[in-house]
Amino acid sequence: MSLDFKPGAFNGFFRDETFRDDFTYRNSPEGIRRFPFPFDRDDYMYSVNMEPHTSGRKGSVFEHTFDVDEHYVSEMIDRAKVLAEDPLRCQSLPHMTLAGWDLLELIMESKARDYPQWFSLTKDGNRWHWINRPLGIDQTFTFLDESTLPYGPFEYITRQTQGDFSLQDERDNDLWMDAGMITSQADWSLDFDIGMSFMEWHAPVPLAHEKGIFDRALKFLLKLQHGAPVRRFNWTMTVNPLLDTAPETYPKWGPTRTTLSQDNMGNKMHLRVELQALFRLPRSNAVAFSIRCYLGKFEELVTVPKWGRRLHRVVRDLHPDLAAYKGFLRNRDAMAQWLSAYDDGKPTSPGWWPED
Amino acid sequence: MSGGAKLNVRVAEVVEVNALIKRFRFVNRDGSPMPAFSGGSHIVVEMDDSGTRRLNPYSLMSDPEDRAGYEISVRRDDAGRGGSLYMHNHVKPGMEMVISYPVNLFALDSRARKHLMIAGGIGITPFLAQIAQLSHLGGKFELHYSARSKPLGAYMDRLTQAHPDRVHCYFDDEQQTIDLGRILSMQPLGTHLYVCGPKGMINWVLSTAEKMGWPIHALHHEEFLAPGTGKPFDVELAVSKKTITVGTTQSLLEAMEAAGVDAPYLCRGGACGQCETNVLRCDGQLLHRDHWLTPEDHASGQKIMPCVSRFEGKTLVIDR
Ligand code: HEM
Repeated sequence: MSLDFKPGAFNGFFRDETFRDDFTYRNSPEGIRRFPFPFDRDDYMYSVNMEPHTSGRKGSVFEHTFDVDEHYVSEMIDRAKVLAEDPLRCQSLPHMTLAGWDLLELIMESKARDYPQWFSLTKDGNRWHWINRPLGIDQTFTFLDESTLPYGPFEYITRQTQGDFSLQDERDNDLWMDAGMITSQADWSLDFDIGMSFMEWHAPVPLAHEKGIFDRALKFLLKLQHGAPVRRFNWTMTVNPLLDTAPETYPKWGPTRTTLSQDNMGNKMHLRVELQALFRLPRSNAVAFSIRCYLGKFEELVTVPKWGRRLHRVVRDLHPDLAAYKGFLRNRDAMAQWLSAYDDGKPTSPGWWPED
Repeated sequence: MSGGAKLNVRVAEVVEVNALIKRFRFVNRDGSPMPAFSGGSHIVVEMDDSGTRRLNPYSLMSDPEDRAGYEISVRRDDAGRGGSLYMHNHVKPGMEMVISYPVNLFALDSRARKHLMIAGGIGITPFLAQIAQLSHLGGKFELHYSARSKPLGAYMDRLTQAHPDRVHCYFDDEQQTIDLGRILSMQPLGTHLYVCGPKGMINWVLSTAEKMGWPIHALHHEEFLAPGTGKPFDVELAVSKKTITVGTTQSLLEAMEAAGVDAPYLCRGGACGQCETNVLRCDGQLLHRDHWLTPEDHASGQKIMPCVSRFEGKTLVIDR
């Protein structure tokens, strides 16, 4: 398999690691401290948890519009491998090309502004020059002219950006998932969902429909304004640091759920956090949805005492329908048992920051 | 945050287009490019009309790829509440103003094989931006544009010059009317219909198309309501624990803002739904003027859109 970029930058910051086979992925001590722990209290239930996606604490995953971290280069190599095996993980219906350009512009401008040491964008009218140093890419192209890029604009930029992306067209007071780059998903399929409306692709989610969460979320998103992006968290659990947990490959990874023991739990079980951001795109009026996946081993997370206590309580008390939907009902007791060693029963402070 | 993101702009140019219409060009005060936008978008312009804060929506008419500035056209309404008069009489080049980021409630359907546009009077403005955008992207369109008279047909010259085969003009004073039935019957499958103009025209176009069997999802319209005037009335704001009086030329939303209540809004024209508010008690008559609530909502008396709707009667308590 050939990669279309020449990664030359593992030295120093970017880790050389795998999300398959020997699974050498892990977080550095600094990576653990900035892990986006998603629980701001000791219990969890679905809610319309959205807040403005504005710049947050320095060094945190909220600091920049698109967080680039130590896993960047390895994640992009993993994405290229998934796409080589299954090209349908990236699809864009014909009317979504303009939205793809909008997203390309948003990402290039943000990264060049936020990480000038790694990315640069210079413009001479519609003639653009993009440099991505970590991936060894130097590209001159004409904005809005597809023939000047090696891929369509959406695929081009999302092959260089951590996290899955979907683009929603807005019509008839609804959002339609009409494009996606989905290679690090928590068990859902772009090929199945493409062309669906907001309620259709959310149909499998338990409890949230009855609570009116999706009605309110859709109403909110239809009013989403350019220049005022929002974000929310979602989370699940994954055995092994496997980014690509797709229904298409379930036979490969589903059975790993039966391999857990108290001895390997800390290393094998990962809290999988999705930092999701929503952007109104300017020219196409489409809505971009980014799903950035962060994986944290249980043994890494419990090095923060507050997180150890809280994760134990959340896992122990989670509504069984949610645990079943997230795919860990059968392992829940074993997970809670392992985590209980890190819960001394002391109160936890509100909020998700490690030190507070 | 109510109203969303804002842009600090300077008025670069004011042009008298005809006896009723002036065009305004805004540029970023710091010289940076304006955000790109999609054809059909509007902005909300904030005005300080000798102490009265007015926020009026206007469609962007300039080319979305012109990142140097935004243009709007404002038709003077001598009988209105004063927003358009303020724009005409007080806004001069060099003045600093605040506008909202563009919001699109009248977007082109990007899957359409062809876009059929019907404009009446100042309703031409969103189509100007859409046509510019379609011209860049190679989309198909056909425009039928009617005005009261030749002198009042703003931008007709530039449109017919640029697109002689696609633009058709009609003048009321020459008894020319759009032959809608014939036009609608000649469209290829996959055409979407867009109409912007006076209320009567919108109703006529939509009902004709529906009768001819056009699918609802292929019909699009935009009508901004001016909030309109009315008798003053009192409102109790349950959450803010305030009682306010809404003046004759003020909207309920504006009266809340004047009282320091931060109420949500986007379009301020009864179309977007953002300011929807629950009515807790109503002894009197709600005067609904929005397009957002359903007829059932209107009849229920349990919701109101404070940007355009009013009240007559004894007591009104709302959940804000
Ligand atoms: C356009 C934006 C969005 C897209 C594309 C999207 C997409 C998805 C998809 C594909 C799933 C997986 C469904 C399955 O099991 O097949 C999902 C799950 C879910 N979504 Fe969304 N979603 C969006 C916005 C939102 C928003 C704004 C909310 C806010 C409340 C939300 C709440 C949820 C919840 C609670 C789940 C279940 C997750 C879990 O428990 O693991 N989504 N979403």
